[in-house]
Amino acid sequence: MLEVRSLTVRHGYLQALTDITLTVASGETIAIIGANGAGKSTLLRSIIGLHRPSAGSIMLDGRDITVLPPHARVREGIALVPEGRRLFPSLSVEENLLVGRSSRRPGSWSLGAVYELFDWMGARRREPTIHLSGGEQQAVAVGRALMANPQVLLLDELSLGLAPTMVRRIYGVLPKLVKQGMAVLLVEQDVTQAMRIADRFQCLLEGRTTLEGKPADATKAQVEAAYFGLAGRTGPGSAA
Amino acid sequence: MNWVNAIVQGILLGGLYALFACGLSLLFGVVRVVNLAHGDFAVLAAYLALVVITTTHVPALLTFVIVAPLFAIFGYGVQRLIIQKSLDVSPLTTLLVTFGLSVVIQNVLLVTASADSHSFDLGSLISASLRITPELSIGYVPLMIFVTAVVVLSGLQLFLSRTAMGRAIRASADDQEASSIAGVNTRHVFGIAAAIAFATVALAGLALGSSSSFDPSAGPSRLIFAFEAVIIGGVGSLWGTLVGGIILGVAQAVGAQIDPSGGVLAGHLVFLAVLALRPQGLIRARLAV
Repeated sequence: MLEVRSLTVRHGYLQALTDITLTVASGETIAIIGANGAGKSTLLRSIIGLHRPSAGSIMLDGRDITVLPPHARVREGIALVPEGRRLFPSLSVEENLLVGRSSRRPGSWSLGAVYELFDWMGARRREPTIHLSGGEQQAVAVGRALMANPQVLLLDELSLGLAPTMVRRIYGVLPKLVKQGMAVLLVEQDVTQAMRIADRFQCLLEGRTTLEGKPADATKAQVEAAYFGLAGRTGPGSAA
Repeated sequence: MNWVNAIVQGILLGGLYALFACGLSLLFGVVRVVNLAHGDFAVLAAYLALVVITTTHVPALLTFVIVAPLFAIFGYGVQRLIIQKSLDVSPLTTLLVTFGLSVVIQNVLLVTASADSHSFDLGSLISASLRITPELSIGYVPLMIFVTAVVVLSGLQLFLSRTAMGRAIRASADDQEASSIAGVNTRHVFGIAAAIAFATVALAGLALGSSSSFDPSAGPSRLIFAFEAVIIGGVGSLWGTLVGGIILGVAQAVGAQIDPSGGVLAGHLVFLAVLALRPQGLIRARLAV
């Protein structure tokens, strides 16, 4: 469904991503793991169109979306829950969700469906989002992305700054979305959490893929080596 | 009684300043552009109306109804083709570009329309007034301008708080990047915000030409008053521009009552006092309630 081919992205003189290739199919969950500065967020931001790649392409259902602006990609069926939630502080919960409807992409998600997914939200829909806890704000950010009826959902650091129970609750809604055929590409610093929910993972180090596969097939040592770049020291098989 | 009169006239004058200020505030609050050509665009709209009146002989008030929407379309174009391009370069570039537009507009008007000052011929309306007491009467024209300002601000407030486009404008003002990934075409939204700002600045220019007179170099002083109204009221607050406009208008009218040449100076002093004591303005910054 989503296909990233040999993507290279630069920030000025810095090469943030080098030759990244990945695919996400309908109903599949892929986790991108890696240390700070590995290029995980840059990858998601490039897929939604906030960074222009200097080489490579991004395809959605066979259509080339590499040069489309972000709002047009949302219309094509990609939605991003950005790092730090990025809710609109002067808008109410419901207004935040409605802004997610801006692309008018047809689909089954509506205010009612989001309020059903997060049962507390309907009662607090008129409140400004600054009154909500971090986890509740994260839920609104997820709801806002769902309102765009995406085929591909990009999640950037959902767990950041949240209590473990809250993290589990937020990730608890993922299986429902995946069952509907949504493709999920998530970036997560909490590797254990990421490995638990992902069908496949891809580990980035300094903008390159160092390891990919199924969580069950990778040993802890292999992941650590790929994560920290210890390929030379921990033996063969750790670098892809 | 003279004092009451000065205050009443000052409040009415505040309506004109609020009309000037709300477009400036909207463009700054949403697009983050300080439009240094704001006053000149108002004067340009007044000249446009003058051309329409002299060529078609349509009554002045009817012309205003045509010029404001025309200016809205013009504003959308200016935003998409000029301001957005300079925003993409850097925020500072927009200052240079709008300053350049200001110079260009003044000089083009000077060359094509001469330095003569003009005002609109509103017939008997211009001297008609509402007599409240023997010493206090309210001119119809200042009253109409004040009512227009209140109607425009109320309409704008309703538009921003109740419609999908208004919501998109507020979201983009909060966080442009976040609204683009939520599916909002922010360039179009900025264009719409500029269109609204230009329609209000056109109304301000027409109000200026109806209540006093305009010439090619009238823009910059209007820009100063608009800035003062915005800052007194609080940047980003629509009703704040009305409050700021009224305070500025009353300060000028009362100042002129004390000393006939002290009006503008009194306005500046009140502005400086607010800037020193309450730099965030009197009304809390917020685009819509």
